[in-house]
Amino acid sequence: MKTTSISVAYMPLVDAAPLIVGQEMGFAEAEGLDLELIPAPSWSSVRDMLAFGRVDVAHLLSVVPVAMALGLGGVTNAMSAVSVLSVNGNVIGVSRGLEAKLRALGHPFDFADARAAGTALAKVAQGGLTIGVPFPFSMHVELLHVWRASTPLATVPLEIRTVPPPMMAQALASGEIDAFCVGEPWGSVSVENGDGALLLPGRAIWSFAPEKVLATRADWAETEPHLVGRLMRTVWRAGRWLADPSSRTAAAELLSRPRWLDVPAEVVDRALTGELAISQGGEIRDVPGFLEFHQGAANFPWRSQGKWIASRLAHRMGLDPQEAARAASGVFRSDLYRSALEGTGADMPGASEKLEGALRHPTAVASERGEMILERNVFFDGRIFDPSA
Amino acid sequence: MPSKLTIVVVEEDRDRAIAIVDALRDHGDDGVHVIGDTSGLARKIAALQPDIVLIDIDHPTRDVMEELTLASGPLERPIAMFVSGAGSGLAKAAIEAGVSAYVVDGLQPDRLKPVMDAAIARFQIMRQMRIELDETRRALEDRKVIDRAKGLLMKAKQVDEQAAYAILRKAAMDQGKRVADVAQSLVTAAGLLR
Repeated sequence: MKTTSISVAYMPLVDAAPLIVGQEMGFAEAEGLDLELIPAPSWSSVRDMLAFGRVDVAHLLSVVPVAMALGLGGVTNAMSAVSVLSVNGNVIGVSRGLEAKLRALGHPFDFADARAAGTALAKVAQGGLTIGVPFPFSMHVELLHVWRASTPLATVPLEIRTVPPPMMAQALASGEIDAFCVGEPWGSVSVENGDGALLLPGRAIWSFAPEKVLATRADWAETEPHLVGRLMRTVWRAGRWLADPSSRTAAAELLSRPRWLDVPAEVVDRALTGELAISQGGEIRDVPGFLEFHQGAANFPWRSQGKWIASRLAHRMGLDPQEAARAASGVFRSDLYRSALEGTGADMPGASEKLEGALRHPTAVASERGEMILERNVFFDGRIFDPSA
Repeated sequence: MPSKLTIVVVEEDRDRAIAIVDALRDHGDDGVHVIGDTSGLARKIAALQPDIVLIDIDHPTRDVMEELTLASGPLERPIAMFVSGAGSGLAKAAIEAGVSAYVVDGLQPDRLKPVMDAAIARFQIMRQMRIELDETRRALEDRKVIDRAKGLLMKAKQVDEQAAYAILRKAAMDQGKRVADVAQSLVTAAGLLR
């Protein structure tokens, strides 16, 4: 097969792994692709490279293509999310000062109970809280709002401020922010630097949150369906490889190289295994499913995920919810996913929408191969999102 | 005669900032301000009430600018990314040159064009210089590591410099790698064995 070169923009984060592994471990080559991976310094840069044709594909925050469809932000070209690259993987961390106050209050830092953590944090931050996030349109922001709405944090004046991830630890150390919500390795880096402690993993707020997507321009997805399909299969196979526990050491070594993330393999390993060091004292917390690349049809771009994001954005930005749902309904392309992954053995659910937040336990559902297991999918406050409501 | 524009340039490197300011002054007598320290960027920009903000596309604080485009009140919302209004051809040229521009809502596109042309020209030169600098630096790094690897080989194999380099070059050819990469592996391995 003739090899086709495709340029891909990405942010150097652990969850860019399916693309990096796809290229490095030969999954791309097997599909006749050569991925030219271009690191970007900021999410706006990733978005612009994609929107203006510098690259054809990108590792993108799941919320960005939906926001673009709703006309939010400066650039609003139509984008398609053709696969989910990763589920979960964010951490919420607090400054050393807040950590000390929380410990004085007797908070156990169990790294699991979002309600208890929110209650405790509200007690020690009555004056107000400034929280850093990587980008205004991101799962980080949405998780913080979900968390806040159902805990006493709702009574605390909250300012959410954009801080580029590599500067997060510094912003926390200098007191510019009191806390953050960020993707790995940046949470662990701030623990390593001694600037903060981790309070919660993102999955304690929503146990199955689509974090990054494989995004293309909507017109490119239409005109190059075969290339998009080969790419989708590449990242699906890379995700399956990453999910195999025996791959983890190799994956951590690979990602830690200067060419990719340039952080110690031991730090990358934490996100991949879900064994996180939450404080400088070396307390370890085990978080199964901390960052998911494959299990539970993780890559399937559910239309209901796109609609959930649209409904949250509409609520926050004061848009008409019905209009927003309509504008965003075509962003998550479950149809393209089905046709591209056919015959690979990928789990394929019978439906393309589901109630988000309604699975209290891993659940078998109807699928093309008979039965498949969807992972636990709950919001900590028990809310359920009905995409057809 | 239209009123003067207030232009803010976000650039940490002093020499580069001066070059941009000069380029912008050449085209008109607009007020140009430089923000060198990007902490508290939003506050500093709000205080200057600019018509246009120019920022290096490779700077991570660009995402902070994106946040400013979302502020709700008319006074809090000084900026919108220009590409949403003006022609996307200008946007593409700007992105390729490595500059990103944010303008106040309502600024006439014909007033924006000359400023952007000057900025794009300047950023193109800077980007080119940066690429050349990176290449020179890499060549220098390569030189250093090759010299160290040669030294290791000369000592271990009791050969002269020329023979040591020949060994490196042959290994590189056999493995389809760059000489510098083979040298790096050797230096790393030697460090481990020490």
